Amino acid sequence: MAKVVFEERSDQIFEKGEDRPFRISCDKQSLAGAVSQRACVFCGSRVVLYPIADALHLIHGPVGCAAYTWDIRGALSSGPMLHRHSFSTDLQERDVVFGGEKKLERALRELIARHRPKAAFVYSTCIVGIIGDDMAAVCRKIEAEAGIPVIPVMSEGFKGNKRAGYAAACRAMARLIGQGPTEGISPHSVNLLGDFNLAGETWIIKRYLEQMGVEVVAGVTGDGRVADLMRAHGAALNLVQCSGATMELARMMQRDYGTPFLRVSYLGVDDMAQALYDVADFFGDPLMAARAQELVSRELGALYPQLMELRQDLQGKRAAMYVGGAFKAFSLIKAFRLLGMRVVLAGSQTGTEEDYEELARVSDPGTIIVDDANPLELMNYLLEKDVDVFVGGVKERPIAYKLGIGFCDHNHERKLALEGFEGMLNFAREIHATVMSPVWRFTPRRMALAKEAAA
Amino acid sequence: MTREITSPDYVSTTNACKLCMPLGACLAFKGVEGAAPFLHGSQGCATYMRRYLISHFREPVDIASSSLGENQAIFGGGPNLKKGLVNVINKYGAKVVGIATTCLTETIGDDVPGLVREFLAEAKVETPDGQMPALITVPTPAYGGSHVDGFHAAVLAMVSQLAQPTPAHGGVNLLPGFVSPADLRRLATVTRAYGLRAALAPDYSRTLDAPAMATYEALPAGGVSLNQLRAMGGAKATIELGHCLPGRSAGSWLEMYLNVPLRSLGLPMGVRACDALHQALRELSGRDTPEEIELERGRLIDAMIDGHKYLSGKTAVIYGDEDMVVGVAGWLAELGVRPALCATGGKSGRFPAAIAEVTEGLVRQPARAVDGVDFQQIGEMARQIGPDILVGNSKGYRLARELGVPLVRVGFPIHDRFGGQRLLCLDYQGSQELLDRIINAILAHDQDRHHWGYGYL
Repeated sequence: MAKVVFEERSDQIFEKGEDRPFRISCDKQSLAGAVSQRACVFCGSRVVLYPIADALHLIHGPVGCAAYTWDIRGALSSGPMLHRHSFSTDLQERDVVFGGEKKLERALRELIARHRPKAAFVYSTCIVGIIGDDMAAVCRKIEAEAGIPVIPVMSEGFKGNKRAGYAAACRAMARLIGQGPTEGISPHSVNLLGDFNLAGETWIIKRYLEQMGVEVVAGVTGDGRVADLMRAHGAALNLVQCSGATMELARMMQRDYGTPFLRVSYLGVDDMAQALYDVADFFGDPLMAARAQELVSRELGALYPQLMELRQDLQGKRAAMYVGGAFKAFSLIKAFRLLGMRVVLAGSQTGTEEDYEELARVSDPGTIIVDDANPLELMNYLLEKDVDVFVGGVKERPIAYKLGIGFCDHNHERKLALEGFEGMLNFAREIHATVMSPVWRFTPRRMALAKEAAA
Repeated sequence: MTREITSPDYVSTTNACKLCMPLGACLAFKGVEGAAPFLHGSQGCATYMRRYLISHFREPVDIASSSLGENQAIFGGGPNLKKGLVNVINKYGAKVVGIATTCLTETIGDDVPGLVREFLAEAKVETPDGQMPALITVPTPAYGGSHVDGFHAAVLAMVSQLAQPTPAHGGVNLLPGFVSPADLRRLATVTRAYGLRAALAPDYSRTLDAPAMATYEALPAGGVSLNQLRAMGGAKATIELGHCLPGRSAGSWLEMYLNVPLRSLGLPMGVRACDALHQALRELSGRDTPEEIELERGRLIDAMIDGHKYLSGKTAVIYGDEDMVVGVAGWLAELGVRPALCATGGKSGRFPAAIAEVTEGLVRQPARAVDGVDFQQIGEMARQIGPDILVGNSKGYRLARELGVPLVRVGFPIHDRFGGQRLLCLDYQGSQELLDRIINAILAHDQDRHHWGYGYL
């Protein structure tokens, strides 16, 4: 077993060996004092519902929860941009003492009158759970008054971890689904779940599907609209990307409307192509399958020579990743292999046991698999495995940079589309740009290593 | 004062011009040597604040959490707090832990000072030097105020819980307020130039702007030391910067309980405010202003003359944290810019008076000063004014874009530009750099606006 910093977390870390049976513990509360990279239930709900751009997202609580999530996701919209504001009831001490229901009521009235949203989501925060505001009752009252869905999202920060927030968001979205008309929806139609349209990625996927003759009914979690969600049950199939965020919604829709779902990934060449083939297979339309093949071969033809050129430099380099959901990691391992690189550390904030099993299956021996990590552990493994590039989000970036290691931002703040075939090229270019930068040779660690090697 | 613009019933908050109390406390604790900030609450608070601070400083910001779950919210967070302290002391090697509460733990009623006493009595921690770390506690319920209030509360906590009656040592205490690492370095340099030994509290100039490392420093070097904090009672004076501090500030505590004379000054931005700081430094050191600083002052006046026509008669909207807005307003007024709107999400109660004070005698009509406002309200007021320039943090970007005017970024957060931690605004040199940035923003805007493209402005 590799170096463990926190004894109590030893069962949340696994080093893949030749013959060791896989075992990992996950989905539990973070260890106190460990500086977890993970957020809270509210965060989970907010991120999933974020892309619904014509809804009001009102955060009922003190100002922080709203302020820290103001416009932090690159969930782009082709129309309204209400989701990019930060609305809060900004609870004050007197509200905590006397209850915040009246303030919430007035805030909702005010904001609905000003912005005329198509629906409103009202998020509960830690404090609301403690003072016991009856948010559901306030929402029912305003819903009747305003004539739009006003949906409470039960996302008190302490009631579990981010995964519990995903579930709360799925339950909130399920309230909308089934409310709208389904006439005129093509039998060859899908909803996109679990893609957040970061840097316009949903638009790339939509374009591919449309080229195959598939109608996208709702970008449930990417460039989302309330009206689309309301008619999402009219789609023939749900495509679910991202391990944790929207599986529950897919299951609910299967149960309530019989909508089948496929798990897909749009990251990397293999998984992107597989997703398109799986869709064509599902519809059993030979013409669609032919279009998918044509699309893939056209895109790959343009992509491959460029990837191979970048691969010449990247061959043999080592990558580490610490991501929100574990599912993304499977695709990234394959994407790195295509670039001739090896993943030596793969971790996530919210993986399930099945996710980690799959991760262990697809990784090379020696790979560290870690659940709910922290800066000290990540630092140890980055150094121990002598990593060339680290894939993560904002909180992981300074860990890599302080150690003189390249970094690729693969979270919700990215400004570069990394999905689809063009996304793979962007990804490869970004990895190349950071790994091959001459700056590393000036960093204390590399200079020391170079000195050692010379001696 | 906001009432005349927005409805008197305005109750919701849209795009707040403030953050919550614990963030400010964590930032202040980052300025103590060997200190780990610790939030007693649910995991999300620490993670969100880390993320937010990292995007401004581009440095690791490790904030521990007691990671409370539902059970602890019901039965109390004491056991998690103690377990978390053991971890952060043993694994991070913290010599100081700054424990700030959150809205959750304040409301469930955890008695943090009491829990800390129990923890110290139980003493399960093994430290290399056998010394128990200093544990500083500060109540920072998110609903109790803004991040700036949390910052000042943490500074008061560190001073009042550590400073002791100490024999006179001739040094000074310098309480800088919430300024950039570059500003902190500048303040240290000018104080040293007068031969004064200053305890700068907090001082995150190195912890949040650290050099590249061969390894990850769990607790980066730098910060005001425990010994410096303990010896604050022996200082010959405290210089406390900021017009909008709470009534019970760290400086006033030192004066009241340890008889350290307090000199209360605004942020040194612009000629009058910088002169006031140097006057105080002259008096405390008994030395004249060093020649190099006199030259900086002279160059600043020269730049004001060179640049005055680009600025004279222009109108500005200034927003952000109270003291930063006050500092910028005074400086712009000296340059002939009319601070048409000075706005803040803070609510110390001192803001309007402070704006009036720093602009006195410089502006023909008083600058409008509004506190406790959000960007919805700032936007409404700014649209009526139609300013020439916006000066404030990154959060005004959308408004500047809508108004079609340049935004000069100062303060916190700056997460849509590079180098927020290196922005110098204080003292003659910082004022000079801010002046350059403002004039250049106006020149660039003029240049872009004319389709014939002036290449010689």
